[in-house]
Amino acid sequence: MSHEALHESYVVQAHNFASAGEVSASIKRLLRHIGIDFGVIRRVSIAAYEVELNLVIHSRGGRIDLEIIPPIEIGGETGWLHLTSTDVGPGIRDVDLAMQEGWSTATDDVRDLGFGAGMGLPNMRRNADSFEITSEYGVGTTIKMGFKIQ
Amino acid sequence: MKISRIMELLDADVLMGDEQLDLDIRTACGSDLMSDVLAFVKDHTVLLTGLTNPHVVRTAEMLDVGCVVFARGKRPTQDMLDMARDKGIVMLATKHTLYVTCGILYKHGLPGTEDEAIASEKTGG
Ligand SMILES: Nc1ncnc2c1ncn2[C@@H]1O[C@H](COP(=O)(O)OP(=O)(O)OP(=O)(O)O)[C@@H](O)[C@H]1O
Ligand SMILES: [Mg+2]
Repeated sequence: MSHEALHESYVVQAHNFASAGEVSASIKRLLRHIGIDFGVIRRVSIAAYEVELNLVIHSRGGRIDLEIIPPIEIGGETGWLHLTSTDVGPGIRDVDLAMQEGWSTATDDVRDLGFGAGMGLPNMRRNADSFEITSEYGVGTTIKMGFKIQ
Repeated sequence: MKISRIMELLDADVLMGDEQLDLDIRTACGSDLMSDVLAFVKDHTVLLTGLTNPHVVRTAEMLDVGCVVFARGKRPTQDMLDMARDKGIVMLATKHTLYVTCGILYKHGLPGTEDEAIASEKTGG
């Protein structure tokens, strides 16, 4: 299956728990609609949901960009689906620590809802084929994830 | 294992999706922690939980979880039932505690989820 190039951008509001997950659900619907492989959709959905929840819970707001680069554009058999989250702060003080399973600054309110176990970032890295995180404390965080597509 | 069999074993009520009880379930995951569910759930999984907030349904949706069982008599809100109807997710409720709910299904041969599933999905495509 070959895909068209695509770029979508979604705004994620901070602390709006009621709508948390809507962006990931839209992304999932879109990927289904354009016929991306089921296994890839699954991994992208999980990563998108984790990254969206982090924007809602930990950031001051941000956005998620979805980009599809079809194989034909890079002249190979494999194309890429990129998921990029950027936010406007507060940034992460120690990224290595944040990447560890079980490390979390989530409040009890968040834990009561079933989140805040410190599993999100490691889970994103596990599901994506490429994962890059950069963060400057006081400025913001950017996470770039890549998924191979046929 | 069919959802209808799960329902029978757990003596559960169907709260949503009684037309989908033929759906095949291969693994189960019991947790109140959606963070863990997101890290461990495979395909064709039933989610067993005592947590009742809309994020349970949202999590199920993202993971393609076809069936959620609420343990220890917990009942989902109308919001959650509406979401489940939209997404085609079966909702069951049982009086058993989460521990016993898991135990009954495990004893009858429904295996758990383990994280190597993700690794194999990744290489197997
Ligand atoms: N966008 C972000 N902005 C600021 N801090 C962040 C951001 N994303 C993650 N963090 C920090 O990194 C920590 C670890 O994130 P991770 O997603 O792994 O766990 P969590 O969100 O706390 O819990 P879980 O994802 O299991 O629900 C968070 O507790 C938070 O301190
Ligand atoms: Mg998280």
